[in-house]
This record gives sequence, structure tokens and C-alpha cells, in this order.
Amino acid sequence: MSTVEDNARPVLEAHGLVKRYGHVTALAGADFELLPGEILAVIGDNGAGKSSLIKALSGALVPDEGQILLDGRPVRFHSPADARRAGIETVYQDLAVAPALDIASNMFLGREIRRKGVLGRVFRLLDHKRMQAEADGHMKDLKIGITSTRQAVETLSGGQRQGVAVARSAAFARHVVIMDEPTAALGVKESGMVLELIRQVRDRGLPVILISHDMPAVFDVADRIHIQRLGRRVAVVRPSETDMAETVAIMTGAAPGNLDGAANGDVTI
Amino acid sequence: MSTVTATDHAEAGRGRGLPARAARFLALPAVGPLLALLLACVYFTVRTDRFLTGANLSLIVQQVMVVGALAAGQTIVILTAGIDLSNGAVMALGTIFMTRLAVSGGVPGVWAILIGVAVCTAFGVLNGTLVTMAKLPPFIVTLGTWNIAFALTHVYSNEQTITGLPKSLTFLGRTFPLGGTDVTYGSVVMLALFAVAWYVLRQTAAGRHVYAVGDDREAARLTGIPDRRLLLTVYTAAGAIYGLAGLLLVGRTSVGDPQAGQTDNLDSITAVVLGGVSLFGGRGSIIGALCGALIVGVIRNGLQLTGVPSIYQVLITGILVILAVSVDQLARRRRA
Repeated sequence: MSTVEDNARPVLEAHGLVKRYGHVTALAGADFELLPGEILAVIGDNGAGKSSLIKALSGALVPDEGQILLDGRPVRFHSPADARRAGIETVYQDLAVAPALDIASNMFLGREIRRKGVLGRVFRLLDHKRMQAEADGHMKDLKIGITSTRQAVETLSGGQRQGVAVARSAAFARHVVIMDEPTAALGVKESGMVLELIRQVRDRGLPVILISHDMPAVFDVADRIHIQRLGRRVAVVRPSETDMAETVAIMTGAAPGNLDGAANGDVTI
Repeated sequence: MSTVTATDHAEAGRGRGLPARAARFLALPAVGPLLALLLACVYFTVRTDRFLTGANLSLIVQQVMVVGALAAGQTIVILTAGIDLSNGAVMALGTIFMTRLAVSGGVPGVWAILIGVAVCTAFGVLNGTLVTMAKLPPFIVTLGTWNIAFALTHVYSNEQTITGLPKSLTFLGRTFPLGGTDVTYGSVVMLALFAVAWYVLRQTAAGRHVYAVGDDREAARLTGIPDRRLLLTVYTAAGAIYGLAGLLLVGRTSVGDPQAGQTDNLDSITAVVLGGVSLFGGRGSIIGALCGALIVGVIRNGLQLTGVPSIYQVLITGILVILAVSVDQLARRRRA
């Protein structure tokens, strides 16, 4: 289980990220810290720079200023593929799976396994059997009940589809899994299932960044909560120590944050 | 543990039982068109004893080989949720280059062929570049290149049909005996083209990516598939295939005809649609497209043999196209 040490070295951290779009400043010197073995929720009102922050961490945008460190080493991501190569996997809210392809094909999309020897090297022949077996293993690891990995993803429920995406990222992530609103498209029961998956991923040793609007879900599953406001991190709270009302108050600016950068209240941007 | 029910259940669960296999076979995208093709063949076999002969079947394949090859290129484009209106005109331009260079340019046959295929490939690159870099809709891009290729064909050929081709250009029209029937090399080349395309689409990562990009381009991009490079490759490969179709056409007709291929773009789309490939991309089998081309060929041939005016073939094809697209739409609505 998760006993997060506050002084452990962060797996992923960012300092002073700035991103401007013309006159709009999406990130105004944002900091970020993800500790080993934790579920860190990132919350913030619309326009708080939450999604810009996550895009910077997942390689979907390049910040104008600031630094990102992975395991203490500075990294620069120019595309999601860069971040993926570095061991950061992202699960997107809009169920980024190809519906007509089967589960195994989706799981290994872009990372297909070829047969050994000449068949694979020269004739590029895919090893369907091995991919199906491994996909089956990954789905079972996370206890996602499916009939066969040869099922088309479109035959699955929304929760199961998200399960495929989560299993894919858990299987390939070496450092971090980012979940961008993974329950936004799902019903209550299915959301519960995905939250359970998130816990399982954490318990297997992968730290998880969870972006969510769903406060009860955040308080249910997160070890720490990063509160983003007006392009910066204004507070980090623990659900065990801070209640939901206070957290929402910090998020909306009704209460001050607890970090230095936000000591003077609102940041003008 | 080892009761029959438990075993049955476990097997069904893993999808290995006979019923599961049968269900999976019936769900394969090419099965519907294949059954339709067989049905058409059975019908004409019953109606006339001139249908099911080696010579007649060989003739049908010869008649569909050009549109069939074009349909192979059309299929990979449509699988990416694109469309290619330029293929017939691009093929015609390729044949004019091949034949004119060989006949009046004094270029050796092999080089003339390579240059013709290169011209078609260049049009594929142009289509792919406009679709990916300029982000124009494939329909509009290929509507434009269709007209450009058509115009260039007429300018370069001076509206003249080119005759007197050397043997090095028409070898695909030659035949070899197979079980007492003369089969053209071109028929074999077309079938081989489909076999290769099937292999790439089904058995390689690149083929999976074609389906993924056509199915949900954004999802494919997010999983790290270089979607633009893939699309460019698909249009380029399609162009090269149209060049090969041009060579088949030259083999079949022994001339370079600037009027050739004028409705072949729509005929190739017809074959693809009859083959159960979804115009929305990401679904369908290239073997289905081959069946689609053969269905048109079999119906045309069968109606001729049974003395029905050929215009009825056009009527039937029209009805079949609407039926095939309706089936695709219904299936999509049920999934949504």
C-alpha cells in the first residue's frame, strides 16, 4: 500500500512552467511534484491551467519556460511519443482506443510484437498469439473481465474500454501513469471500477497522476491533491487532513493556498 | 471440473469452441461479399451451362483485373477514411507515358514501364501531401488531381491512341495454360497484388495502423502512430498500385488509350463498397473488395450469357451498392 514519504525524491517534478497563448497565460510559473507510489490528484477550475500542466508533463505541449525533471534528470518532451519513450503513459478521457480493432491490437497499438527470426525481421509478420496472450495477462492482472482479447473494443462497455486503456498504460509505463479525466465519460458504477483500477496500478508500484473534476472520486482515491489556480500550484493537501469544502475554497480562491507562491493571494496574470 | 458443461463453458469463454469459431468466421468482413459472389455464381450456373467453364471464369477475371487492381489501391485509401477519385485518370496518364515513351520515345520497355509507374506514384505523393500537409479533404484533393491527370493525359497523347506497342509492354496480356484453360499473367498479377495487400493489412503493424488511423485518427495519434506519415505512405502506395493497374490495362488492350479509365474511379469505389469496406474508414477486408470487383464482373458476364441487355447490369449494380452501404450504416448504428 501507499505510505508516501514527504521527503522522498519526486519521480516527476516541474519548476516554474510558463505557457502563453497570445495574450492568454495558461501556465504562470507552475510547480509540480509527484512522489513515488502515490496517487496525486490534480484539480482546478476551468482555466486554471490544469490541462496545460498535464499536456506539458505528457509531451503534448512544450512549455515556453521552466523545467521538467524525471527521476531527478531534466527532460524535454516534444511530443507524446517522447514522453512515452521516457516511461510516462497517458490515459485520455475520450477513451483513446480504436473501436473496430480488437483488445489485443489496441493494447499493442504502435508497439506491436513481431515474430522471431526471418518472418518477423524481413516479412514483418506479427505475433498475434503472443500479443493476445500478453494482453490477456494484463487484463487479468487488473481483473478486467472480458471474454476474449480478440473481441472488438466497441463490443465492450465504456468502463471496460477505459479498462483496456488503463491496462495498456500500466503495462508499458515505467515511471508514471497520467489519467486525464478517466471517469468523465462513464456512469457511476463504471467510474467506481476505473477508480479501483487506478488503485491497483498504484499498488503495483506505479505513481499515478489523476486529473478529475469529480471531487468525491478525488477524495476517495488520492493520496495527495495538487490544487491549480490561475496558472500556478496554490496548494497541496491531503484528503486525510483537509475536507472537501476547504479544498474547493482554495480551488476557487475563496481561501488562500498553503504554498509560498500563493501566499499573497491571487496571482495577477 | 471435467463435466461437459464446464468444459463447454470454459471453451466458449476463451472463444475456441466450434460455435465460437463459426461465429467468428461469419463475422469476418469478407464473408458477406464472398457469399454474395458465390450466390451470383450459383445462380448463373443454374441459368446457363456456358457460365461455369474454365474459359469463361478466366475471361471474367481478365475483365475485372484492371478495376480490381484499382480497387486494391482504393481500398487502402478508403480504410483510412479517405477516398480517391483520381485513380482511373492517374492510371490512364501512366499508360500514356508507358506507351508513348516506348513507341515514339525510343525508351526500352522496362524503363517506359518504370517511368509510367513513377508518374502514377508521383500523383499518389501529391494526393497524400495535399491531404496530410495542406489538410484538405481527400474528396476535394482527388477531384482536383483527377482533372489534372485527365488533362495531362490528353495533352501528352495529343488525343491520339498509341498503337504498335512492343511485346515488352504487353506481356501481362499473354496467357499460360492452367488445367486446360488459358489464364493471363495479368490475372495472376492482380490476384498476387491482393494477396500482398491482404498480408500487409492483416499481418503487419503497418496494416494495423492503417485500420487504426481510419477507425479513430485521434486515438491512433495519441497512441503514438505517426498518422500523417502513414497517410502519405498509403496514398503513395495507392499511386504505385494504379501504375501497376495501368500495366495490366496495356497488357489487356495492347494500346495506349487516352480515353481509358474514365469511369474506373467510380467502378473501383463500387467494388470496394460491394466488398463491405466501410466508406467511414477502419472497417472491412481487402479480400471483400476483390469479391466486390468479381461480383460486378460475374453479373455483367452472366447477364450477357443469359441474353439480358447489359444495361440491367448497371441497374443491378446500383441496387447492390445501396444495399451494401445500408448494411454498413445499420451495423454502425447498432454499434453506436
